[in-house]
Amino acid sequence: MNAHTQVASRETERNPEPPAALVPPVDIYEDETGFTLIADLPGVSKERLGVKVNGDNLLIEGDVSVPAPQGLELLYAEILASSYRRSFTLSRELDASKIEANLKDGVLRLRIPKAEEARPRKIEIKVG
Amino acid sequence: MNTSLRIPRDMLAEFERLQQQLDRVFPRSHSADSIRATAHGEFPAINIGSTADTIEVVAFAPGIDAKSVQLSIDKGLLTVAGERKSGIPEGDDRISVYAQERFAGPFRRVVSLPEDVDPGRVNASYRDGFLRVSVGKRESSKPRRIEVQ
Repeated sequence: MNAHTQVASRETERNPEPPAALVPPVDIYEDETGFTLIADLPGVSKERLGVKVNGDNLLIEGDVSVPAPQGLELLYAEILASSYRRSFTLSRELDASKIEANLKDGVLRLRIPKAEEARPRKIEIKVG
Repeated sequence: MNTSLRIPRDMLAEFERLQQQLDRVFPRSHSADSIRATAHGEFPAINIGSTADTIEVVAFAPGIDAKSVQLSIDKGLLTVAGERKSGIPEGDDRISVYAQERFAGPFRRVVSLPEDVDPGRVNASYRDGFLRVSVGKRESSKPRRIEVQ
């Protein structure tokens, strides 16, 4: 082992990888005019939330920020991850440019409308 | 260099979520855990920490009405109870539901506080979907410096 590898391995020790992002639980439903997606993101504020659409991919990510008093020693933890991430594939009939997002009390609510032409129409049946 | 051989982190997180869902259906036995330990993935998730003067409890309970939460401390036990309504409109047959993973219904969690606490000095606040409860420690359980004669 030469000096270079030693430095490299010490670097990795000093920067352990952060815990994997949590996958937030979601509710998803569809009605005539679009989809509603609700995700639990406790500890995420508006400033630390990202909702991104890239092509047909919808990505939700957020960083958890729970201010801790000085000298806090963690005794027991069920949530150790410091971020959330989950992505979805949107279907073609959705209008990603009109997505509305609302974050309240750690719950993200996304409204993804269908494009006008994809909304259901009643089809007249002609009796001839 | 061998990054491509590693399992993507998202995939691990996905397994973790699956594990949580399975635990909910088939609880694993917790042989050496605290008697009040519940199956992983219980709502709300709780973290407990300690400072020199306080015990800090954080309950991750997004989307609840802070005013309706029942919080009590009795004999070193902290109880958080309440109810969370489903985000999916009920009784509407024009909607199709594709995912219903979020917790809905009444919840109640009891945690035993790690040290002697003073129930008279409690602060609770709710922000960004987490409930923070700060309980003062009794004088006798605070760390003290002992003079050696």
